[in-house]
Amino acid sequence: MNPEYRDLLIQCSYLAASVLFIFSLKWMNSPLTARRGVFSGVFAMLIGVGGTLLNPSVAVSQLPWIALAIMVGALIGVPLSLVPLTAVPQRTALSHAFGGLAAGLVGTAKYYLWIHEGGEMLTGFRTFAISAEVILGFLTFTGSLMATGKLQEILPGRPITYRGQLIVNFLTLGGAIACAVALVINPQWTFLFPILVILSLAFGVMLIVPIGGADMPTVIALLNSYAGLSAVAMGFVLDNKLLIIAGALDGSSGLILSIIMCKAMNRSFSNVLFGAFGTVSASAGSDAGGAVKSASPSEAAEIMEQADTVVIVPGYGMAVAQAQHRVRELYDQLTKRGINVKFAIHPVAGRMPGHMNVLLAEADIPYDDLIEMEEINPEMPQVDVVLVLGANDVVNPAAKNNPGSPIHGMPIIEADKARTVLAVKRSMKPGFAGIDNDLYTLDKTLMVFGDAKAVVGDMAKTLAGDSGMH
Amino acid sequence: MHLLLTAAPASTSAISSYIPLIFVFILATFIGLDVIRNVSRLLHTPLMSLTNAISAIVIVGAILVAGLDSSADNHPLWINILGLVAICAASVNIVSGFLITDRMLKMFKTRDKKKNHES
Repeated sequence: MNPEYRDLLIQCSYLAASVLFIFSLKWMNSPLTARRGVFSGVFAMLIGVGGTLLNPSVAVSQLPWIALAIMVGALIGVPLSLVPLTAVPQRTALSHAFGGLAAGLVGTAKYYLWIHEGGEMLTGFRTFAISAEVILGFLTFTGSLMATGKLQEILPGRPITYRGQLIVNFLTLGGAIACAVALVINPQWTFLFPILVILSLAFGVMLIVPIGGADMPTVIALLNSYAGLSAVAMGFVLDNKLLIIAGALDGSSGLILSIIMCKAMNRSFSNVLFGAFGTVSASAGSDAGGAVKSASPSEAAEIMEQADTVVIVPGYGMAVAQAQHRVRELYDQLTKRGINVKFAIHPVAGRMPGHMNVLLAEADIPYDDLIEMEEINPEMPQVDVVLVLGANDVVNPAAKNNPGSPIHGMPIIEADKARTVLAVKRSMKPGFAGIDNDLYTLDKTLMVFGDAKAVVGDMAKTLAGDSGMH
Repeated sequence: MHLLLTAAPASTSAISSYIPLIFVFILATFIGLDVIRNVSRLLHTPLMSLTNAISAIVIVGAILVAGLDSSADNHPLWINILGLVAICAASVNIVSGFLITDRMLKMFKTRDKKKNHES
């Protein structure tokens, strides 16, 4: 093929892939078009890879190896796509690790390739871009592995802190950046490159160590953003606009999601990353140790049966107990009686953005009944029964009423405004943040103790038995 | 327009040749921010697995590194191996990312659709 036409073809394939990637994300704005977005993404990826294979620098002798590597990746990828939906947060974190690893390895390979070729290609700008790619790639790699470990509970989920942690972390990152700057200034100091790699790998670990489970939604979103930015940096290294565009889309997606998560917790980035939430002493909570009233699942079911509107507030507890299918049974029993059932979804409920929506969708609950916090709150005073299911901090009235509370200022689902509150919980142990929840001691609150799955199952059974008798 | 690996000017003063790339980056970021802001909150989990698959476009860079002719004189083979490992990691994300996104999206149904489905 004429080299000129071939180059044009490669650039056109990258252009087409870029446009398709943008459409892919655009179609995610509604569940009705979202699947089209996936197809467009797959198509874009195929075009992008196809265009790259046309590049004359890709030797034909290497193609079998490339094909083999893709096949190995696909063989690992298929089982990873079949995990239960409750494990989606750790799967996502793990795939960020793969993305970071790929970017870091390509950056490292490019660096040594150009050194090998005499170093003329290593302009100051390219060295800067490679350093950014490698730092972001490798810190995403180890950071995401740590996040996966915490979410999978291989590692302790509680934040781990020690004295001087912040200083050590800053020195590590600062050291990596200093290596990068030194390499730009004096390209002869190639020995700094391995140090940069090691410091980046170490920083990824240290960044996640002090972060607790409930902050994972923000952190996963942030790592998503880093993975995207490392792809952008790779685009600058390779002079490739497709990489820059796709990476920028990914980076901005992660950024927006982390901003949404931070806002939903009324916290800043730096507070999430360096605040080690969850080590806050429990005494910082309110000391209102009022009396707690409890009810059995069947009593709770009877209360719901009398209601006109029931709002269910799901939280991480529902995911842990895998209770979503029982929730669906309860939903069916209640709607069958003409009771209006809605789900109130807090943005940070669960362990990643949108976690609750996916679990409830899996259980076949129509998405028109999943209502966002801002929309459901004005209706709360008219709601007869709120069923809090494995959620805790996101319904804690202390966030509004108690200026001394560590979560003060965080927007909450105003469950306390409803006429009756039913709270399903394993015990009176405080939630993740170690803060007492005044909601449980209100006069209108009844606690239903037990595992979310068993309790909701019993509720549904009570209602089913009831309707059988009539 | 420079092609991949076809060498931008090697002199360090050639930062200006990267300006077009910076334009692309800035504009793509604005498009990204705008498009993502309109994504339904319902779909934030699938969005994340989709962008995950999309960012696996780094496979392009990995292929260019792994595809270098390793039989050439004193070409360091380990560079190709790094590229192959990167291809493998990126393919994991492409395959699992797109598959799980589609799997999740199939679950989102409206009340009407659900009723049709049942009856």
